[in-house]
Amino acid sequence: MALEFSPETLKKFEETVNRYPKKEAAMLPVLYLAQREFGHLGEEAIAYVAKILEQPPARVHGVVSFYTMLNMKPIGRHHIQVCRTLPCALRGAEKITGFLTQKLGIELGQTTADRKFTLSEVECLASCGTAPMMQINDDYYENLTEAKVTEILESLK
Amino acid sequence: MEKILLRNIDVSDSHTLTVYKSRGGYGSWRKIVESMTPEQLINEVKASGLRGRGGAGFPTGMKWSFVPKDSPKPKYLVCNADESEPGTFKDRLLIEKDPHATVEGTLIAAYAIQSQTAFIYIRGELAFGAGRLEQAVDEAIQAGYIGKNIFGSGYDLDVIVHRGAGAYICGEETALLSSLEGGRGWPKVKPPFPATHGLFGCPTVVNNVETLAALPWIIEHGAAAYAAMGTEKSKGTKLFSVSGHIAKPGVYEVEMGYPFKRFLDEDCGGVANGRKLKGVIPGGGSMPVLRPEEIEKVNLDYESVQAAGSLLGSGGVIVMDDSTCMVGAAWNLARFFAHESCGQCSPCREGCHWMEKIFRRIEHGAGEKGDLDLILNVSGNIMGNTICPFGDAAAMPAAAFIKKYRDEFEAHIAEKRCTITG
Repeated sequence: MALEFSPETLKKFEETVNRYPKKEAAMLPVLYLAQREFGHLGEEAIAYVAKILEQPPARVHGVVSFYTMLNMKPIGRHHIQVCRTLPCALRGAEKITGFLTQKLGIELGQTTADRKFTLSEVECLASCGTAPMMQINDDYYENLTEAKVTEILESLK
Repeated sequence: MEKILLRNIDVSDSHTLTVYKSRGGYGSWRKIVESMTPEQLINEVKASGLRGRGGAGFPTGMKWSFVPKDSPKPKYLVCNADESEPGTFKDRLLIEKDPHATVEGTLIAAYAIQSQTAFIYIRGELAFGAGRLEQAVDEAIQAGYIGKNIFGSGYDLDVIVHRGAGAYICGEETALLSSLEGGRGWPKVKPPFPATHGLFGCPTVVNNVETLAALPWIIEHGAAAYAAMGTEKSKGTKLFSVSGHIAKPGVYEVEMGYPFKRFLDEDCGGVANGRKLKGVIPGGGSMPVLRPEEIEKVNLDYESVQAAGSLLGSGGVIVMDDSTCMVGAAWNLARFFAHESCGQCSPCREGCHWMEKIFRRIEHGAGEKGDLDLILNVSGNIMGNTICPFGDAAAMPAAAFIKKYRDEFEAHIAEKRCTITG
């Protein structure tokens, strides 16, 4: 069966689209809705969003592939994103990344076998005064140490 | 010095309407809607000398005045909350701790250009901040500050908090508009400027969070009070985000013209762990690095930093001590720009990747004779040859690192290893 929004999400979709001056301006919020509902934005999800926003699928594909927060492939339940840009690098980001790869037994860009964690490096997250830092899903974790990272990983279900 | 931008952030529950109102919040908004014409408002902000805090430093009142008054098209005001410049985290603080100041500033700017739909475009990663802004907007709607017939004036205004999805380039105003139109964050050729041809081809003004957050204070205390602070051409106060090897990292509000060295040594506690300063980037990762001897007489204002060979930019101050490998630092930033180039203009798309590759091989002991001049050549061919300022932002720091620390780069190449960290 082809992908489609649940009635609840469909209601949110209508509300969102109605606030914008043009339907296509709601592209990012609608892609967020789709990503939450479908887990990731594969070809089927892209085709569905294109249909409901009345846009060519190629345009939606172009958008999804442009932004780092839109995932075209499935990822783990917890997406760990370590900032690697200069202010974090000056305060030991590389050590944190090294510790995470060792602790999780995966390389950057990989997902653990139980699909619990995906590990990525990202660019500046506007948290330079509290470096090194990482983002896990929507949450920021700052002033990291190896002990703190261990604690955070253990707290995640 | 009286705090303007950070005046509320240490108060508990500073993000709520109750606290913001108890500190005079939305008083300026009421005053404007009830007693000022858009022209009077624009003139007041022109007189204050306020300049855009997103990085370019363009006079705010003048930017508003470029919007045609007789256009039959809708007009849009966009608050640029896509803070992504390496070393910059001031807008995030304002958004999270004092979201109503940004919302009130957005309303004021929208009124100045008579926009009836305003957007706050916040970078997607800042989910917490987006929540704070959404809550602030909801509270302002409930209180009647946003909506139809505000204060019985007949003026209608809606505000939409819009989340980006992870792309540095969307902080560039025309890229931001492309993104808001539902496309990739691709910058557009200027002219035409957004003031006449912006969002969906309609007159649009894009203002940074910090710029907007200063407006309520300016209206409450008057343009003259704001203009009394700072230097002749750089008025008022500015936020500086301080990071890297510094004893007290954080966001500081400083009167324009404050001595840079005193700021680092006294306000920020000096270089961390008693080490020596090797270099400092004064305006975010896209600005040229300065050597310790270059900042001796620099003041924190647009003109003084420019005279020293860099730019004030976003006020992202990145401090590097004497243990820092400057090849590694240059490579790190080159990698940032290679990752973030939108790919539209070939000098930037190709050049950023080449600079990253060459810096990387020098850092890893595979640099070749001629590599430094090659990077300078690539950087020179990007400068001024792209449709948006991103190209310059990538080219300037690369060239500055080589020119100012050339010996260190040459040692890396000659010894075929990193000579700083081993």
